[in-house]
Amino acid sequence: MKPAAFDYVRATSLTHALDLLASADPDGETRVLAGGQSLVPLMAMRLAAPARLVDINRLAALERLEVIDGRLVIGALVRHHRLATDPRVASAAPLLARAATQVAHPAIRNRGTFGGSLAHADPAAAFPACALALGATLTLASAAGRREVPATAFFEGLYQTALRPDELLVEVAVPAATAASRSAFVIFTRRPGDFPVAGLAAVARAADDRSAVDRLADIRLAVFGVGDTPLLADTAAAILESGPIDAARIDAAVAALDTLEIRDSATASVRYRRHLVGVALRRATAALLRPEAVACR
Amino acid sequence: MPMIPNLIPITCTINGETVSLSVSPRETLADMLRDRLGLTATHLGCEHGACGACTIVYDGRTARACLLLAAQADGAVIETLEGASASGRIAALQRAFHERGALQCGFCTPGLLLAAAEVLAEHPAPSRDAIRAALSGHLCRCTGYQAIVDAIEATAAAATGAGSRR
Ligand SMILES: Cc1cc2nc3c(=O)[nH]c(=O)nc-3n(C[C@H](O)[C@H](O)[C@H](O)COP(=O)(O)OP(=O)(O)OC[C@H]3O[C@@H](n4cnc5c(N)ncnc54)[C@H](O)[C@@H]3O)c2cc1C
Ligand code: FES
Ligand code: FES
Repeated sequence: MKPAAFDYVRATSLTHALDLLASADPDGETRVLAGGQSLVPLMAMRLAAPARLVDINRLAALERLEVIDGRLVIGALVRHHRLATDPRVASAAPLLARAATQVAHPAIRNRGTFGGSLAHADPAAAFPACALALGATLTLASAAGRREVPATAFFEGLYQTALRPDELLVEVAVPAATAASRSAFVIFTRRPGDFPVAGLAAVARAADDRSAVDRLADIRLAVFGVGDTPLLADTAAAILESGPIDAARIDAAVAALDTLEIRDSATASVRYRRHLVGVALRRATAALLRPEAVACR
Repeated sequence: MPMIPNLIPITCTINGETVSLSVSPRETLADMLRDRLGLTATHLGCEHGACGACTIVYDGRTARACLLLAAQADGAVIETLEGASASGRIAALQRAFHERGALQCGFCTPGLLLAAAEVLAEHPAPSRDAIRAALSGHLCRCTGYQAIVDAIEATAAAATGAGSRR
């Protein structure tokens, strides 16, 4: 359980980091080291053997966390623990604050970063699904310039993202929650802190007509832990939006999840996961209908 | 891969003392603490982040020493179980673990003590569920955890005056 030999460079500025990523190492792959909570285990197990690590941990520019122009901007280096405890996150993105208390274990959350979790794109990770549900925009930088990528175009496949080898994920912006925002986070884990067998991150908006307590608008449902990437359940969301949410409409939305491409794993069959995703949608819908509710489990 | 990896000079504070060393890029902080400094309370179980035996305090918060590189210690303030024990800051927890029999082989104990100290510092009176959640990243193959939760609960009760043991 020891990593293969590699070179280590601590980036002293964003430009330094981007220059290092732009200059190919003749010995092989250059990888960014953020929290190291996914990359270092992979290296210990020799599933990854980069030739060079660029350590971004001292780049204060990546620690930004602020609400500006109706968006919460989260620097790539913001750690899970900070997402779970910062009051700005609790008010502007309660979904992320809630999810952050459920990801891994305290010591992992002290080191793991939001950017690292998105860049790693583990199909069972919570934050990629939250980013998808929230309609996040990711800012990627390289020595050649910057570009913005919506979360819907970022997660390309199993551990595959739109990041090019010379690019760094700098920050992520999500629309700040309003008084009408609702969100729900549901996961099924074998033990607390394990990657989930199935999960759902959901956001919605209370109907403009406040007396319509059984109506929701702008529903986005991101199912995760069951396929190659987090999956947007658009059909189910459209069914829930289409009228008063009663038992029949919920049943129809759950039935619409059948079209999702769900895979099995060593511990969970497709049938079991499909069942769990349905249960997650029922629980999330109940929570979304309650004002101020961010549900869990 | 470079045939002769460059050695990296680092200076850090470990258990209150300034330490300067040259480390190899592939050296983990856990190996540096154990093999170069003899701080063997940092136990190594899985070496990939799953068991919690290697828990230390890095810049004020608990971290897995097997998932940090020795090179990342440069400029950091690090505390191992030896430092926490010598300073007396976990004395009440240590006593409660002893009294309640919250350890058998002791392999998991250093990590559990540091994790317990962190949760008590932030939540002086945690529920049993909160204690269990705080320990979720720590595997103990001996005790079955009940006694560990009891010991942490008793420490919290004593400190907040809910219990009258000290
Ligand atoms: C025991 C354990 C349990 C866990 N359980 C869960 C769980 O239940 N749910 C969950 O979601 N996660 C879980 N994790 C993963 C954890 O959340 C990681 O912290 C996270 O996946 C990766 O973040 P990191 O900052 O540690 O990234 P790193 O490990 O440093 O990097 C991961 C990958 O992303 C790349 N990268 C990192 N930052 C950037 C950037 N800014 N730009 C471009 N590329 C970048 C790296 O090069 C690497 O390829 C667990 C981890 C452990 C060890
Ligand atoms: S040895 Fe570090 S977590 Fe197991
Ligand atoms: S006391 Fe033996 S592993 Fe916990």
